Amino acid sequence: MNWLLRGLRSSVGLKFVMAVTGLLLFGFVLAHLAGNLQIFAGADQLNGYAKSLQDLGPLLWVARGGLLAIFVLHVGTGVMLARRNRAARGTPYAVQKAIDSTHASRAMVSTGVVVMIFVVYHLMHFTLGVGIRPEFHDWTDPQGRHDVYSMVVAGFQQLPIALFYIVSMLGLGVHLSHGLASMFQSLGWNQPKYRSFTRLLGIGITAVIILGNISMPVAAQFGLIELPEWNPLVNGGN
Amino acid sequence: MKLTLRIWRQKNAQDKGGLETHQLDDVSPDMSFLEMLDVLNEDLLEKGTEPIAFDHDCREGICGTCSLMIDGVPHGPDRGTTACQLHMRTFKDGDTLTIEPWRAKAFPVVKDLVVDRTSFDRIIQAGGYVSVNTGGAPDANLIPIPKAEADVAMDAAACIGCGACVAACKNASAMLFVAAKAGHLGHLPQGEVEKKARARAMVHQMDEEGFGACTNTYDCEAACPKEISVEFIAELHRDYRKGLFSGR
Ligand code: HEM
Ligand code: FES
Repeated sequence: MNWLLRGLRSSVGLKFVMAVTGLLLFGFVLAHLAGNLQIFAGADQLNGYAKSLQDLGPLLWVARGGLLAIFVLHVGTGVMLARRNRAARGTPYAVQKAIDSTHASRAMVSTGVVVMIFVVYHLMHFTLGVGIRPEFHDWTDPQGRHDVYSMVVAGFQQLPIALFYIVSMLGLGVHLSHGLASMFQSLGWNQPKYRSFTRLLGIGITAVIILGNISMPVAAQFGLIELPEWNPLVNGGN
Repeated sequence: MKLTLRIWRQKNAQDKGGLETHQLDDVSPDMSFLEMLDVLNEDLLEKGTEPIAFDHDCREGICGTCSLMIDGVPHGPDRGTTACQLHMRTFKDGDTLTIEPWRAKAFPVVKDLVVDRTSFDRIIQAGGYVSVNTGGAPDANLIPIPKAEADVAMDAAACIGCGACVAACKNASAMLFVAAKAGHLGHLPQGEVEKKARARAMVHQMDEEGFGACTNTYDCEAACPKEISVEFIAELHRDYRKGLFSGR
């Protein structure tokens, strides 16, 4: 056990933690997207899906706890690595040029921070319903279910919120465009014959995630998804 | 050709150091980069000032001693070329060039452009060897090794230990060096047996020396005068991972 822990604390070990937690977070992001895209199937579908998640009861809290732990591990390890890496240079160069490296690969910390800020806001907005228009969070649909559909549409109809989501998703996209390919290398799965494949896979899946997530605020802005007739905002209310 | 040179000067490890500007008016495009510095040093000696200290030995691209950060790129802009093999025709008349030492906490500046790279030696001492006593050199081809495998080992063995990978890396990580040294042993039957333990020992020593971790930006591969592939880093990760669970 000591052997394992000591091994995981080295620079290579920390990268394993980074890669595995990154992979798990990535799996979550995909599942989360698949769930939310049900918004295009209408209020009934989305609210039903949300209810089925709520009905998991204690299991939902186990999943949330696990996710939080993974997230904290990823961010914590990222911060540890970033601090070590900065210290390793010592005196900075007067002139240093990137040779082949991509912007995305050099900006993992900055794009990570964007994602981090986004996650905090997002949780406040939709999960906890605190701070920003909390009354949106208390709506129910005619079946008496939590009206997730209205909450999301009403949120995304506000331009600043829609823009914030879109920009954050671009940040996540840049993070993942390097992160996914990088993960294969960190875990030692980067055979030369797969290198262009992993790079393409990274970019391809990232595109799906970004376009998928952005489609929702964009659709709300252009009126492709609208508040249902039962929503209090619809008949002149506010 | 005329050149303006901004060169790092630092008396010793304690000195703060700074960039100093020099003009050269008559540089031949056929000179190597180091010959150009020799000419500058002649000038400085004639003026009675201290010449610029820089590392060099073979001047034919095989020893790994020369170590100049030229305009933000280790060994200068030519791919697969050491500073000693870089020629002035790469640059244009009237160019301004900034010349700095390798920057890494694990490579402290000794003087001017000279850095102390003994941290690399300590990484080798930690695991970059084969610990069985092999006796005298065996006859050639006594141990059959597939050509493809021998070629991979040779690709890794091309590492001259110059430290350009560390210099180029935004994290000052020595992963490409460590991976090349572990890789050339790991691909041969004598070295393969110990590859997990070797990966672990060398990585831990690398951390101990204060090098950074790998973010997989691959600027190391691009800067390497021997064009060693980051594939060896993936292999090192693999060997390290296997050692993590096998306990050796
Ligand atoms: C949904 C959220 C996130 C996902 C899916 C994700 C995914 C990934 C992946 C796959 C990697 C590559 C790991 C490797 O190179 O082995 C990575 C690296 C990284 N992530 Fe994240 N990440 C997320 C959020 C964050 C956040 C919030 C931060 C920090 C504040 C962060 C910071 C980093 C850093 C610094 C690296 C680079 C580590 C290195 O290469 O040295 N990530 N991430
Ligand atoms: S002086 Fe030997 S490699 Fe440049």
